[in-house]
Amino acid sequence: MLKIDNLHVKLEDHDKQILKGLSLEVPAGEVHAIMGPNGSGKSTLSYVLSGRDGYEVTEGAASLDGQDLLEMEPEERAAAGLFLAFQYPVEIPGVGNMTFLRTAVNAQRKRRGEEEMSAGDFLKVVREKAKALKIDAEMLKRPVNVGFSGGEKKRNEILQMAMLEPRMCIMDETDSGLDVDAMRLVADGVNALRSPDRSFLVITHYQRLLDHIQPDVVHIMADGRIIRSGGPELALEVEKNGYGDLLTEAG
Amino acid sequence: MSDLAVKAKDAAPPSAGASKTADALAARLDVLTLPKGGFTAAARADALARLRAMGLPGPRDEYWRYTDPKAFNAPIPAPIPIEDKAPDSPLFTDLDSIRLVFVDGIFEAAESSDLSGEGLEIDLLSQADQSGSHWATDLYGVLETAGQSPVKRPFAALNTVAATEGVLIRVTGKPSKPVHILHRRASAEADVTWHHVIRLEEGAELTLLETGMVGARSNGMIEADLAAGAKLHHIAAKRAGHQKLGFSAIFARVAAEAQFKSFSLSVNGTLMRHEGVIEFVGDDAVAHIAAAVLGDGAKGPFHHDDTVFVTHGAERCESRQVFKKVLKNGAKGVFQGKILVKPGAQKTDGYQISQALLLDEDSQFLAKPELEIYADDVVCSHGSTTGALDETALFYLRSRGVPKERAIVLLVLSFLADALAEVEDEGLRSQINDRLEAWLTRRAKV
Repeated sequence: MLKIDNLHVKLEDHDKQILKGLSLEVPAGEVHAIMGPNGSGKSTLSYVLSGRDGYEVTEGAASLDGQDLLEMEPEERAAAGLFLAFQYPVEIPGVGNMTFLRTAVNAQRKRRGEEEMSAGDFLKVVREKAKALKIDAEMLKRPVNVGFSGGEKKRNEILQMAMLEPRMCIMDETDSGLDVDAMRLVADGVNALRSPDRSFLVITHYQRLLDHIQPDVVHIMADGRIIRSGGPELALEVEKNGYGDLLTEAG
Repeated sequence: MSDLAVKAKDAAPPSAGASKTADALAARLDVLTLPKGGFTAAARADALARLRAMGLPGPRDEYWRYTDPKAFNAPIPAPIPIEDKAPDSPLFTDLDSIRLVFVDGIFEAAESSDLSGEGLEIDLLSQADQSGSHWATDLYGVLETAGQSPVKRPFAALNTVAATEGVLIRVTGKPSKPVHILHRRASAEADVTWHHVIRLEEGAELTLLETGMVGARSNGMIEADLAAGAKLHHIAAKRAGHQKLGFSAIFARVAAEAQFKSFSLSVNGTLMRHEGVIEFVGDDAVAHIAAAVLGDGAKGPFHHDDTVFVTHGAERCESRQVFKKVLKNGAKGVFQGKILVKPGAQKTDGYQISQALLLDEDSQFLAKPELEIYADDVVCSHGSTTGALDETALFYLRSRGVPKERAIVLLVLSFLADALAEVEDEGLRSQINDRLEAWLTRRAKV
């Protein structure tokens, strides 16, 4: 589903190379985790895939279901089925959470040539999905992420994911700033969305999130590259020994 | 009150270049037919003397440094062709209201409601001024005079001198319907002046709406006097077209426990200056003044200036100024806002925020926030920011599939939300929001 081939990325304004030949493939229905030390380029990877400004791809390719992602605007990537759960979800005062969600859902439908969701249908669906994530009506009415706690913001990300039904979900350190209960809620939300035609790329520093969201493959990233891939046991190894040995090994 | 009026006279010594400004003023007055006035006669004569003493403003005047008054000073405005069709219909027309229609600044009885209503009485200035006595004698030009110190306001004085049209509204109860003043343009040349006097008696309440299209140039003024416990909610959403010169002023005197709220929406206009002058004369009162301004310089120059002066002359009063301007294609925004806390005005709560969102690098925002405090137990704060669209927020919306143009509209509305929140009535607020959204959406496609 997601295919990244020899991706080289530098910052647009600086002569700083961040991704240095990253290759990765996530087949449909699989959950892949990316772990790596600070500064290894994990967040950059998520931004480049979702189309944020400020980065320049100097070499390589990235595609979703065979469509060239790098040629598309961020909103086109979203409509193509890509979703990024932000590490720091953005507060947007003055825009209601519901309005935002409905605008997003219908904009994507419109772009795909599908019929827009009626206000009534939308309300029904959003209430149901919000309930599972313990997001109350009050939170839905409030402006996007304004005054939300760290946990509420992350749950709101998962709600967006549930409403938009993307094919490829990238989760950028969704566990950061979450207590154990909030992490379980988020993980349950993600697990509920797992399906044979939906894939996940879970970026995390720690193994604990992977206790709740079982990955099929774990990749270790360092200095802009994947230096090792393996099964869930690789995450346990990192948790036990740190990144030191792996980095030395990769040399 | 009266000591301030005396100061206003003292504060206007003849300055260097006085003869030049005197000539300019003479030319400006020459084209006008100045009414003698009935009950307003003394106020008009006094205003004329004050105006002659202060002269027309020039770029050296402290409060005209950021705004060139040349087009206001000119004897006659350049004509502005009447557009075949305006892109938007006036706001609030579907509302059940006491409707007062002015065409090129002249009252149009045939299109207006009856001038009577429960809990209020309405007179036309043009008619009332034929007689020598009226309740508005105590207010016409009086609040304007008080507001001339310490800042000179020549166009407000000119208004008192020259206005023949306007309404005199005395509210004694709580009318169930708002008063809606609706302007319409009929000629390309009209240079329009109006002067409203509004008196809210103790505990009285009024919602006052102003909408519509005014002349090639306009000078509109409101003097509002709020007795104890009265509430005035004023919403102005006048449309300017693309080549409009507009000066407007609102003078408010706010007594104990009264609430004054004024919000204005401005969209386009070549040169707009709005002055808000508010004085607390009783304890525990509240005054909010806010504006949402959208300027696009694509079809000609855009310059919008809000100049506000709030005087705390009583204890425990709360004032709030919220000004938001969205500027693009070389549009220019100005905000000059002052909070003056007089000696003894303890427990004052004064707040002021002015913010500009610049949608490109050609636009400009000039802000001059001022605090002057002579009491020691007060909370006063002011802030001013100028910034571009938040790129992170824009990306966030786009990453959810919201197209870029639509995302920008949402973020601009988000920026304006604090100013719009000053419109208490939810229905009115959402109409204004829809109007803004339509304007922004239309502009986003240009």
